[in-house]
Amino acid sequence: MTEAIDLLLSTSLWAAVLRIATPLIFGVLGALLCERAGVLNLGIEGIMTMGAMTGWLAVFLGAPLWMGLLVAALCGALLGLLHAMLTVPLGLSQHVSGLGITLFASALAYYLYRLIVEVGELPPTIEPFRALDIPGLSDLPVLGPVLFSQAVPTYLALFAVVVVAYVLARTPLGLAIRMTGENPNAVEAQGLDPIRIRIWAVVAGSALMAIGGSFLTMAAFDSFFPGMVQGRGWICIALVVFASWRPGKALIGALLFAFFDAYQLRLQTVIEAVPYQLFLMAPYVLSIVALILVARRAEVPAALMAPYRRGER
Amino acid sequence: MRLERRTKTPLHLIFLAPLAAVAAALFLAAGLIAAAGVNPLSAYGELLRGALGSRLAITEMLTRATPLIFTGLAAAVAFRAKLWNIGGEGQFYMGALVTGWIGHSLAAPGWLGVPFLLVLSMVTGAALLAGPAILRLRFGVDEVVTTLLLNFIVLLFVGLMIEGPLRDPLAFGWPSSVPVNDAFRLPDLIPRTRLHIGFVFAIVAAAAVWLIVSRTVFGAEVRAAGLNAKAAAFAGISLPKTIMGVALLSGGLAGLAGAVEVMGVTAAVTTTMSPGFGYAGIVVAMLAALHPAGVVGAALFVATVFVGADAMGRSTGVPSFIADVIVALCLLTTVVALLFTTYRVRR
Repeated sequence: MTEAIDLLLSTSLWAAVLRIATPLIFGVLGALLCERAGVLNLGIEGIMTMGAMTGWLAVFLGAPLWMGLLVAALCGALLGLLHAMLTVPLGLSQHVSGLGITLFASALAYYLYRLIVEVGELPPTIEPFRALDIPGLSDLPVLGPVLFSQAVPTYLALFAVVVVAYVLARTPLGLAIRMTGENPNAVEAQGLDPIRIRIWAVVAGSALMAIGGSFLTMAAFDSFFPGMVQGRGWICIALVVFASWRPGKALIGALLFAFFDAYQLRLQTVIEAVPYQLFLMAPYVLSIVALILVARRAEVPAALMAPYRRGER
Repeated sequence: MRLERRTKTPLHLIFLAPLAAVAAALFLAAGLIAAAGVNPLSAYGELLRGALGSRLAITEMLTRATPLIFTGLAAAVAFRAKLWNIGGEGQFYMGALVTGWIGHSLAAPGWLGVPFLLVLSMVTGAALLAGPAILRLRFGVDEVVTTLLLNFIVLLFVGLMIEGPLRDPLAFGWPSSVPVNDAFRLPDLIPRTRLHIGFVFAIVAAAAVWLIVSRTVFGAEVRAAGLNAKAAAFAGISLPKTIMGVALLSGGLAGLAGAVEVMGVTAAVTTTMSPGFGYAGIVVAMLAALHPAGVVGAALFVATVFVGADAMGRSTGVPSFIADVIVALCLLTTVVALLFTTYRVRR
């Protein structure tokens, strides 16, 4: 028992929290952006898988790391465009289209990966993002290693929270996006095009999701393998609800979640009597519990999942 | 350019739409096959030969189609009522697990034990979906996310059980559960093949679901709830009752898939026994436009792609993940094609 408490005091645990939270932060921001504009994007799991594969592949083929991030973002944006085209102008079921995108993007990522790496071969590795010490700050006791000695994408994720929060809350563009998720007819009446706003929100959100996926292969690990996203996308969808569609709360949710994940990983080594699968279940169980806790007072965007067709009520 | 709702769907479109969708998906996947350095036409030839080219190949395809019919029916009945059951994979594994678990220690003759295990797996699958259904009805929790997350939880639970209490001490390599009692193995439909009587069960299930959705009051209520929940409630249909009924039926069908797969094919439970039957069931249901008879046809098609792609992979070196790509593309092209049966493009 004391060991379990000792774990809580180790800086490595708290440094891991931010690292584990990074893909979730990108993913939850991406999902939030789509949903604020009124489009549920269940393609997230596949988009993250595709981001993880293509980012890794670009670097494996010789591109610099930042280029890998861009490639992942671009692939995510393309998949987002596909989801947007199916659900916004065509108005197809967002559930079905999103699941279709997930099945398609994951299968495509695995297929392309298998064209390069054959079954049974050891997964080839790349030189991933290393921790970047912020001069002066990284030497601080405790706070230094926890906050100021992370990989570049982790800082990017925190920056993205600020940008998305600012744009949504304080700019005309953000107002237009939020209004499109609440009442697209009102947007149309203002002379704006809700269809175009939705498409771009989904494209941008999907790019963020893919960057989140690429963190897995380009910073957390150094290779790609099938099944590595492991439901992180679905957890992000749950976190958006938990965060009541607010970027700041989404950050807190992702951190909280990452804390439990980091803690269960370390607890496994201390408490050996309990089967490890029970620990691995924790993140998924936790997501369901979080959903139940907030569901009653969730402030769902009013037009979420309602297709908008001009002139049709 | 805009979409305008058709007042009437021409009959030929209903049949042409899925065919056009499949053709489009195969065309798109051909590009990926070419990227592997293989001629797509000869690759598709290999695929067809691998799934339909011999008696053995056909029985293998029908064996693969069996669980897909069950999971496809499970998705179809749920989606009809707009209950988004994406947990077919988890329900499949729970059905398989209880069958392996109880089927190992139960001492009973086959005629008694097999039906008992089938019912047990249905109850288990139904119970697993009842949770998310209740959460949706009571708390408004979206069932898509809860059923998806449950898939991961169930798979870990199956892993826990077969590495722990249900571990087969005689199995080498990957952990596997103890096998079911020989009395509960389903008899072969054709000797010296893997095709078992479970395929007949699947056809019977499809017929039963067809009867339920088209010939009973419950079926009409399901359709009404799916088309317009508010109008259905106004007409006096109890939405919670209907959704719960659908959840039990859908979860039960997916649980049945797991039981039939264990008793018919694998005998023991492993964490890799399903190559995504639950998820593929969603595609099967959509390809079938949620019609039970269509589910059988769509399951045969998806099984052909999966079995054929394995054979194609062996002979041409195209990664067999191409099967998942083709099936996922079919889902996307089908929903677009179905849209044009109810809408048309107007300038």
